Amino acid sequence: MVPKPRGRSLARAVAALLAVLAPVVLVACNGDPYPQSSLHPASDSADHIDGLFRQIVFWAAIVFVIVEGLILYAVIKFRARPGSPDPRQIHGNTTAELAWTLAPAVILVFIAVPTIKTIFAMDGRAVPEGALEVEVIGHQWWWEFRYPSLNITTANEMHLPADRPVRLTMTSVDVIHAFWVPRLMGKRDMIMGRNTRLVFTPDSVATYMGQCAEFCGTSHANMRFRVMVNTAGDFDAWVARHHAGPVAADTTDTLIAAGEASFRRIRQPASNSCIVCHAIQGVSAGVLGPNLSHVGSRTTIAGGLLPNDSASMARWLGDPLGVKPGSLMPQIGLTNEEIAALVAYLHGKQ
Amino acid sequence: MANAAPTGLWSWLTTTDHKRIGILYGATAFLFFLIGGLEALLLRWQLGSPESTVIGAEAYNQLFTMHGTTMVFLAIMPFSAAFFNYVIPLQIGARDVAFPRLNAFSYWVFLLGGLFLNASFLVGAAPDGGWFGYLNLTSRQFSPGMNIDFWVIGLQVLGIASLAAGFNFITTIINLRAPGMTLLRMPVFTWMSFVTQFLIITAFPVITIGLVFLMFDRTFGTTFYSVAAGGDLLLWQHLFWLFGHPEVYILILPSMGIVSEVLPTFSRKPLFGYVVIVYSGVLIGLVGWGVWAHHMFSTGLGPIADSVFAASTMLIAVPTGVKIFNWIATMWGGRIEFKTPMLFAVGFIAMFTIGGLSGVMHSSPPADLQQTDTYFVVAHFHYVLVGGAIFGLFAGMYYWWPKVFGHALNDRLGKWHFWLFMIGFNLTFFPMHLSGLLGMPRRVYTYGDELGLGWLNAMSTWGSLIQGLAILCFLWNIWHSRRTATPAGKNPWGAATLEWAVSSPPPVYNFSVLPKVANRLPLWTRNGVNEIPDEPPAPIHVPGGSIWPLCTAVGILILGTGGLLHSIPVAIIGALATAVFIYLWAFEPFEV
Repeated sequence: MVPKPRGRSLARAVAALLAVLAPVVLVACNGDPYPQSSLHPASDSADHIDGLFRQIVFWAAIVFVIVEGLILYAVIKFRARPGSPDPRQIHGNTTAELAWTLAPAVILVFIAVPTIKTIFAMDGRAVPEGALEVEVIGHQWWWEFRYPSLNITTANEMHLPADRPVRLTMTSVDVIHAFWVPRLMGKRDMIMGRNTRLVFTPDSVATYMGQCAEFCGTSHANMRFRVMVNTAGDFDAWVARHHAGPVAADTTDTLIAAGEASFRRIRQPASNSCIVCHAIQGVSAGVLGPNLSHVGSRTTIAGGLLPNDSASMARWLGDPLGVKPGSLMPQIGLTNEEIAALVAYLHGKQ
Repeated sequence: MANAAPTGLWSWLTTTDHKRIGILYGATAFLFFLIGGLEALLLRWQLGSPESTVIGAEAYNQLFTMHGTTMVFLAIMPFSAAFFNYVIPLQIGARDVAFPRLNAFSYWVFLLGGLFLNASFLVGAAPDGGWFGYLNLTSRQFSPGMNIDFWVIGLQVLGIASLAAGFNFITTIINLRAPGMTLLRMPVFTWMSFVTQFLIITAFPVITIGLVFLMFDRTFGTTFYSVAAGGDLLLWQHLFWLFGHPEVYILILPSMGIVSEVLPTFSRKPLFGYVVIVYSGVLIGLVGWGVWAHHMFSTGLGPIADSVFAASTMLIAVPTGVKIFNWIATMWGGRIEFKTPMLFAVGFIAMFTIGGLSGVMHSSPPADLQQTDTYFVVAHFHYVLVGGAIFGLFAGMYYWWPKVFGHALNDRLGKWHFWLFMIGFNLTFFPMHLSGLLGMPRRVYTYGDELGLGWLNAMSTWGSLIQGLAILCFLWNIWHSRRTATPAGKNPWGAATLEWAVSSPPPVYNFSVLPKVANRLPLWTRNGVNEIPDEPPAPIHVPGGSIWPLCTAVGILILGTGGLLHSIPVAIIGALATAVFIYLWAFEPFEV
């Protein structure tokens, strides 16, 4: 057998390692394989965090290599071998111990200073002029977004204009949730009785994935949302559409009319009625569930879990607890006809 | 004959011998460790692929809550307690702990509290609010079931056990040291345990207060955590983490102590910088009290508080780093024998370092805002608590096994155990750093395929199976080594500390004559300790056992059950039983 040259097997090992790491490396150039990645920032604040994190990783990598290298060296070099003499009985060395007390302390200064700078750059600054104000309200298990200056209320999909600072003021109507869109910003808790804030300026037009990051009960995993960062023009168009109000239901379409009737019906118990929890402009004013005035224009339903197509909407209306365990939307035993009518009616709410 | 060890079930129920109580602690903790491990395997099975439906949301939330609660309170802590019990009196040259019956009481309360918590599975209502039990999710309004009551009461019961043991060991270490065993001659395991006890007696009252408030809110409708009544939900978080961060050091310091015993023994060199290691342990304990709010950066404490807690948290890295370098320096220039305990000890340093470095990463609040509540943090604290605490505890098990049972564990199987565990552990937890940074939140029973995190989660799941294999290997080792046991002798590893001066297992009275210690390494130096003969020169009186500690623990369990069932009569019966048994205990003629 021909012995393998050592260098080639090493090169092969490196190649194998790179192959394993390739999907990770990809993240740096393209966020798509990992749409919820914190390593692919798309706002000023997320950039700050990412830059700081990379500095810390640099220092950590140095320490890692030194410490693990010393361990490896020691266990190989000082392994007991037949005939190796009894080791010298050393109890310590003040100089060495001082050195390795001070060295980590110095490295920590290199981490602490940029950390504190970043904290004040992100959290200590005044709210930028012209920032868009958005109120974020957490519910088990969906998101309410209100634009007080624009008089818009929507759910699970936040629209923002690119390159304009946004200030989120956040709270919760029930348990603690946390707002997290990794590509736009680190997370912040939403706490009943408190207002927490986040400020950032999204810099690229895209759809960003987010989800609740504080354990909030049964369907914590199902509390997802999206942030659509639009061009200023698209954003204004979105605002205008909301200001115009939902298109009136086409009363000549019997299916849609049946859907509206079903939506308006008072059921027994009353909590099974759609209008008790949901608002549709001009129809109802419920506040316990998402505002549905423009539900047809959203891309997802059920807290970002399902695409907003007819099949998914029908599944959600027929089996909310199966889609989202623990959901407060009750299973009210709708017939297939009622579901089809409701789907047509709701999808008409553009 | 007073010196013969009594046998039979009754002798175990009434035992006050610290060595037997240590064995009971160890066996019970290991059982709970297996339960917590099975819970983890189920969690990993569910997360092995996106949108899987192995277990549903409710079951998942109960399992992850119980996995954390079990591993912290029922596995690692009592495992450390097993070593406190068995090793500390021997290391300081004492006949037993200061309060032997209180020691038995601690064990029984722990056992019953652990069974109480796990009984929740039998009624299908295991705690499901996370091991951190954040308000207001755990309020009666949002968690109306018994699940949280099991948790609130179970943790209070367990707290009694920890507090009693804490006072007991502090008294033991201060008062029962043999002549010549000055504080700065104490073995480092005893030292780190000593610091741990102070953390226990100061941290547990804090969580107890938090839990009592919560219990009153849930049971009697008080409003400590009611926002409507003007309460602040962050009160719970402050109380919990004021306890919770020292708790981390309660979990890791004993393992640091174990490693500080194992490294010198197998390197044939004294511990490098003993005094600095001791002081840094004390410093970790002290500074550990000033960092709790780093668990709360995402609540938005403001830039000043964030900066202060970031700085104090980074500060802890200094004494920790010093320890790591001193451990490496202990090996440096030694003659290292790679027996299984040593493998686990070296594994501890290597893995704990990784956990420490990721810890520094989220000591920085802006970075933490991306990392907290993601799998990055799950990776971090498993490197600390498994790569650190559990590796250390396994080192301790292999190290002291011959002392406790008279025969060593098989070294070849031990190495299989170590390498399988090492590989499985890293395969499970290293990818979690990545999945966390790439957007995988914690405590989710499912995740979308579109996140692209399936492959990383699959790696973690395969890794957890390999860890399971490693534990099977350990179980097989226990059985196999028992079958093929050869007597280990007094000092099979050639160690330096006092516990190795007596037979394995040691006699009931530990030391036939009082040891007189001349230095820090009594068995490595000439005249380090006087000759300890195998037979005592005169018969040694060993106090008999007592059943009242167990009875009192049962009384407390009944009281807790009354709280769980919201039944005043049951609670009164429990309180009366506890009072009566304490009375009988107090007036028991102990010298029998």
